[in-house]
Amino acid sequence: MSVATRDRVESPPERPRRAGGRRFRISENVAGYLFLSPWLVGLFVIVIGPMIASLYLSFTEYNPLTSPSWIGLDNYVRLFTDDPRYIASLKVTLIYVVVSVPLQLAFALLLAMVLDKGLRGLSFYRSVYYLPSLLGSSVAIAILWRRVFSGDGLVNSFLGAFGIEGRSWISEPATAVYTLVALSVWTFGAPMVIFLAGLRQIPDMYYEAASVDGAGRVRRFFSITVPLLTPVIFFNLILQMIGAFQAFTPAFVVSDGTGGPVDSTLFYTLYLYQEGFASFRMGYASAMAWVLFVVIALFTALNFAASKYWVFYGDER
Amino acid sequence: MSGATATTGRPSRARRLVKHVALVAFGLLLLYPLIWMLSSSFKPTELIFSDSGLWPSRFTLSNYTDGWNALRIPFSTFFVNSFVVAIGSIVGNLIACSLAAYAFARLNFRFRRFWFAIMLATIMLPQHVVLIPQYVLFSELNWIDTFLPLIVPKFLATDAFFIFLMVQFIRTLPRELDDAAKIDGCGWWGIYWRVILPLTMPALATTAIFTFIWTWNDFLSPLIYLSTPENYTVPLALRAFMDAEGESSWGPLFAMSILSLGPIFGFFLAAQKYLVRGVATTGLK
Repeated sequence: MSVATRDRVESPPERPRRAGGRRFRISENVAGYLFLSPWLVGLFVIVIGPMIASLYLSFTEYNPLTSPSWIGLDNYVRLFTDDPRYIASLKVTLIYVVVSVPLQLAFALLLAMVLDKGLRGLSFYRSVYYLPSLLGSSVAIAILWRRVFSGDGLVNSFLGAFGIEGRSWISEPATAVYTLVALSVWTFGAPMVIFLAGLRQIPDMYYEAASVDGAGRVRRFFSITVPLLTPVIFFNLILQMIGAFQAFTPAFVVSDGTGGPVDSTLFYTLYLYQEGFASFRMGYASAMAWVLFVVIALFTALNFAASKYWVFYGDER
Repeated sequence: MSGATATTGRPSRARRLVKHVALVAFGLLLLYPLIWMLSSSFKPTELIFSDSGLWPSRFTLSNYTDGWNALRIPFSTFFVNSFVVAIGSIVGNLIACSLAAYAFARLNFRFRRFWFAIMLATIMLPQHVVLIPQYVLFSELNWIDTFLPLIVPKFLATDAFFIFLMVQFIRTLPRELDDAAKIDGCGWWGIYWRVILPLTMPALATTAIFTFIWTWNDFLSPLIYLSTPENYTVPLALRAFMDAEGESSWGPLFAMSILSLGPIFGFFLAAQKYLVRGVATTGLK
């Protein structure tokens, strides 16, 4: 998180001191908390309270009809030793995250590079490419996706035109998750817009100096664009990764809520939903939620640790 | 124009043309599934998969009329429900997030940095960690199968992301304006209401648009909290439609899907500027 917080908190409001400032200060303190009060209530009642409660519930057996009974670490032990569906969901989710995030970002960066050249109609292209990002998480698109990748769907008629025989991508366990990866890649527009904004902040003079020194296009890309863009790449990576771990709607709709075929689209959150809200094993689902939380935190921390080696902040030169 | 073109000279006219053709073709490829769904929604169902042309050889509106009334309750109910939830969420986010953002950006109170850090941390928090206790809480309050669990949290600024967006924006406003208002006799509320809020309009617009899109598309929360069909939002209704009719009525299903995307598309056309800026400014600063 240090990237996000850096420079944000650092400038306390510089309020002119004046006579009687002490009284003013007290009221500013009170005013601050008054303005903050809706958020503070929400923080404690809707966020922190439930967080603590779900941590507690994760050590219990609980459904809404009974009161929770303490079973210690049993839920966690069962998750990793006695629940093949859970392991399957963990695997599917990891595959989804590890494949879809880099692919989506590569697309986003590539298109941002193509668009960022004083292109005519830039804002038009940007809007068109961005549109899927707005629609991508909707049920309507998931329904469409089911159709597009079905046996007689668009993808296969497209492949058929080249004489390639397709298959029913959605109903085959080996390919089902990749249709969801494709959906995620389809929404590359949002990170692309962020890349475009980042590219715009690279001063022209770097490119000019490099050209004078005889650097070609490829060299300029790898020696100027990529290093100076690494903070933005990193930001997008974290953002998309956290989002990908929590993907739910497409998997739910594409598989009719089952996570099938053969659990091949059983995303973590989908299994959590099934356990918590279909089977009402709420203690078990709480344990799943906390493991997810830890996994996301771990991945984020790993990325921050790794970022020291590849993310380049201008001031470290 | 960026440095690359400035130094290498403008590419030739032919090369530029090729590039534009490629970009348009790529855009069409990207949007092709959507266009196909739109065109299919005007075809009789039996033609959707046999008539491969985009332009319907037989044009019909019956998918729309059939789809609208395919479930026991007409889709108008679901659209009204979705709009109620979306508008309630927008109002909640605008009020609660702007209040908090003003405090963080302008007021000097104790532990401000601490609370700010907490606020940033909650942005990263996966909602699943609080999902189950929230459900228990709302069911204790007898709020299950009402819109309250979907709307009330917004009035408590739980979408902290928008607080952050507004803080970033308010910090760019010159502080002299606050001081001038103070000299003119404005209190904290007056500064917030008369100076900050009017100037924060672009950030408020971005907040409103994104809140609309997110709540309109939201599937998990309505799925958990709304149980009777009368209360379904559009995504729930679409899903129920798909389950009920199965593979047999793709035409009406596509027609309703297209309608469900309509409001988002409308917002997209009307407010691209805010959308793009919103994405770009929350990503960077």
